[in-house]
Amino acid sequence: MALWLIGLGLHDVRSMTVAGLEAARQCSTLYAEFYTAILSTPHAELEAFVGKKVAKLDRLGVEKGADRLVAEARSGEVGLLVAGDPLAATTHTDLIVRARAAGVAVHVLHAPSILSAAPGLLGLQHYKFGRTTTLVRPQGSWNPTSPFDAVAENHARGLHTLVLLDIQADVGYFMRADEGVRQLLDLARRTGATWFTEATSLGVLARAGSDQPGRWTGPAGTLAGLDFGAPLHCLVVPGPLHEVEKAAWDLLAAGPSA
Amino acid sequence: MGRKEDNIAKAVGVMANLDNIRNIAIAAHIDHGKTTFSDNLLAGAGMISTELAGQQRALDFDPEEQARGITINAACASMVHHFDNRDYLVNLIDTPGHVDFGGDVTRAMRAVDGCIILVCAVEGPMPQTETVVRQALREKVRPTLFINKVDRMVNELKVTPEEMQARFIKIINKVNELINRNLPEEFKGKWGVRLEDGSVMFGSAYHKWGVSVPYMKKSGVTFKDVYNHCQNDTQKELAKKAPVATVVLDTVAKVIPSPKVAQEYRIRHIWHGDQDSKAGSDMRTAKPDGIVSFMVTKIMIDPHAGEIAIGRLFSGTVERGVELYVGGTKTKNKIQQVGLMVGADRIPVDRATGGNIVAVTGLRDAMAGYTMTSDAEMVPFERIVHVSDPVVTVAVECKHMKDLPKLVDVLRQISKGDPSVQVKINQETGENLMSGMGELHLEVITHRIERDFNLQIVTSNPIVVYRECVKGSSPHSFEGKSPNRHNRFFIEAHPLPDNIIKALRENEIPDDPKKHAKEVHEKLTALGTFPKDLTKKVKAINGTNMLVDGTKAIQGLHETFELIIDSFNESVNTGPRAGEPVQGVMFIITDAKLHDDAVHRGPAQTIPAVRNAMYGAMTIAGTVLIEPMQKAVVTVPDTVMGGATGEFQRRRGLIQDMQQEGDSTTIEAKVPVAEMLGFAGAIRSATGGRCLWSTENIGYEILPPELQEKVTKQIRERKGLKPEPYTAAYYAE
Ligand SMILES: Nc1nc2c(ncn2[C@@H]2O[C@H](COP(=O)(O)OP(=O)(O)OP(=O)(O)O)[C@@H](O)[C@H]2O)c(=O)[nH]1
Ligand SMILES: [Mg+2]
Repeated sequence: MALWLIGLGLHDVRSMTVAGLEAARQCSTLYAEFYTAILSTPHAELEAFVGKKVAKLDRLGVEKGADRLVAEARSGEVGLLVAGDPLAATTHTDLIVRARAAGVAVHVLHAPSILSAAPGLLGLQHYKFGRTTTLVRPQGSWNPTSPFDAVAENHARGLHTLVLLDIQADVGYFMRADEGVRQLLDLARRTGATWFTEATSLGVLARAGSDQPGRWTGPAGTLAGLDFGAPLHCLVVPGPLHEVEKAAWDLLAAGPSA
Repeated sequence: MGRKEDNIAKAVGVMANLDNIRNIAIAAHIDHGKTTFSDNLLAGAGMISTELAGQQRALDFDPEEQARGITINAACASMVHHFDNRDYLVNLIDTPGHVDFGGDVTRAMRAVDGCIILVCAVEGPMPQTETVVRQALREKVRPTLFINKVDRMVNELKVTPEEMQARFIKIINKVNELINRNLPEEFKGKWGVRLEDGSVMFGSAYHKWGVSVPYMKKSGVTFKDVYNHCQNDTQKELAKKAPVATVVLDTVAKVIPSPKVAQEYRIRHIWHGDQDSKAGSDMRTAKPDGIVSFMVTKIMIDPHAGEIAIGRLFSGTVERGVELYVGGTKTKNKIQQVGLMVGADRIPVDRATGGNIVAVTGLRDAMAGYTMTSDAEMVPFERIVHVSDPVVTVAVECKHMKDLPKLVDVLRQISKGDPSVQVKINQETGENLMSGMGELHLEVITHRIERDFNLQIVTSNPIVVYRECVKGSSPHSFEGKSPNRHNRFFIEAHPLPDNIIKALRENEIPDDPKKHAKEVHEKLTALGTFPKDLTKKVKAINGTNMLVDGTKAIQGLHETFELIIDSFNESVNTGPRAGEPVQGVMFIITDAKLHDDAVHRGPAQTIPAVRNAMYGAMTIAGTVLIEPMQKAVVTVPDTVMGGATGEFQRRRGLIQDMQQEGDSTTIEAKVPVAEMLGFAGAIRSATGGRCLWSTENIGYEILPPELQEKVTKQIRERKGLKPEPYTAAYYAE
């Protein structure tokens, strides 16, 4: 009788941990949400891999259905599969609070997350990162500048910024890195951050966790015009680079590398 | 060439001479004789035959108007009058008196610089008289007074000559009181109506005579003569000595300001762009070779020419082929033809210049209230606000299924021609709703659809549009959560003070506080009833509702505000109690807790969270339905008075006044609009058709407690909602 939050890791389902897989297999009911992140694995393959039916939930399904999930977890083992690490870069803490308040035990099965993969793939040191931010797809009057606040603060403190990109899986929208770079340039202009220009060196990461992740470093002006292939993408705005970081960074600047 | 054409050819000669142009409206309470009076002016200028004047009602040219005997549409006529050795071009607009068509009066006032207020000598100033005085002065339109139906005062009320004069004085004083009550500061002491300068006139439009003090001096006609002619049934003679057209048009030429004078102060008042810009100075001086600035006040649909846009040309020259922008947009329309109106006829002219009322075809995208201009950058004119909202609604269906595709298009065209009609088209349910100012308004529109668009429709029984407001303040702020629960808004709901609601309704407070923060702050401070610490914190105004930011420096709130305002606008359109529009509520955001990352507080999170907080706050404050009310004034012979009072009692009416005069009684009552449905037929049969009546919308009142639940349930069921409103707990989720 418990709620199991199970991380699926990055890119495809084989990224989940053995513990996570075992936890999933012992669940009586399995759900999955893919609105905070997605995998490239087709749904049928996911079900085959776990060996169980998995019901997909959209955002409202989780938000409005939270009470139902908790209720079901009173009488059975209910698992919620989440891409990445289930509590990083998601809003599922609310679900845990509600389950605990209802006296339902909660188990969390961690998995690889973009938060640790991104620094690693770009050769940057994780402890030199500041606050993470997410760029938002503009929609009518909703075109906030605050996502750039973290970039500016981290820059001022000599830290790197991991910039995640909006995902709206229900409408098949995944912000692409070139779009993200253009938006950063726009936000810099709107917030008066003159230090951030087309010459500013940025890092792009695509399909982290796959066999062939894409990694690029270069000036914003150049990256804004490139095609980085299939999603998911993310960006890094680096602070001052340490010797060792710089070597790795410059190596990538030579061009796309596997 | 006919006489009309001759006269218009003369008009073209005067048009460029700004000193000799006069733009006027004829306005009054229903039935006080505006159209009969306008006929006389037309005849005086040779536009229609003198014989027919008074019966023809040339400006009621719509068959519907002729059949019902009332004016429905504001109609224009241009004419030339000779006075003091000079020709004057008078552009006149006859306006409707029935409240249902009051929007046309408001709009006509934008096009004119002066007006003649008619008051029936028998009835005296009526509710609608005050309304038209207010409408005129709000647009800085100079009023004059014509006391009409003097013949009836003498012959039916059998007054003595002394009583006649005493009654005149009473009417003049009353009208001056109405004027002073609404007069802009700059005209205090200048704009009253006076006997000496001819701004007060008397007469009988039906019998075609009129007098003013200056004219009496000139012609030697005395009040005694007037009295005798009426009593002896020799008014024809009087009409020869003192023709109403001459008397009135003399006053118009002398007293009403020319566009040259009027546009100087009117442009400053109705146009809020930069007065020192080229557009500003061109318009204030009505510059003929300046930018074209044309304010559309009426759209007529002509089966052949299509839309005819009628309005005031404030500056520039319009002629065939000129392209004009729809003010504030990139859309351009090309002028096809320019004309002057004489009732139903549009007499083409080569061109027309600033300062005149003109008719233009080819402006396909124009609507009443729009600014059409040659300057893409020009700030449009201030919105023309008609204070009364549509209160009655019907659902519209086609008689024949095959016409369905046409219906939506026709409904759109209808609302384009008449801004007082609101059309709600629901693609999902297929339900098309049409709201108007009253039952008669909707009946007229229905006929127009059938007649002009050749579309057979069926309308439901009329439904009244209620409003929702709060009984008092919410006892505390209400927490509304976003679906992901990471964003929370704390909002209070308060009823706005009455004087602020009134100021909002009358558009005295700018509805865009972002743009006009200073003005909003000043107005609210001046009104004295608004919390002093909040006057600078109004974030949005929608109808009579306000959104106020009572928070202090919350991270991320600033950039979320547009979404909060979107949610506020949606929420006040359909309230929590019955999905009816919210009225007179101030929402104060007292606190907010937001997710750090903007991606988790986008529209899908913020809009429902704010809505929950607003609905929740209203629910704990207690919601009530308020209903639109009308004042009905009915005059009946004493023999059938019982029938009339019975009608009011049956309709939750409150009789407020009864006045006896001769053998008839005038009853004044306050009645809910919902109960007034069907009144026209009922009062006719209750009094054997022997009654005169008029109504006026007088705002909203709380629906009696015993009806609250019942009506709420009815509305909710009609809208397919669950019968009972949600409890606060629902909005706290
Ligand atoms: N005895 C008399 N009757 C008049 C006079 N002026 C108008 N009437 C009559 O009053 C009635 C209404 O006249 P209209 O000219 O249609 O009135 P109105 O003000 O234009 O009416 P709405 O436009 O519907 O408000 C008609 O029957 C006229 O013949 C007048 O001076 N004396
Ligand atoms: Mg009329």
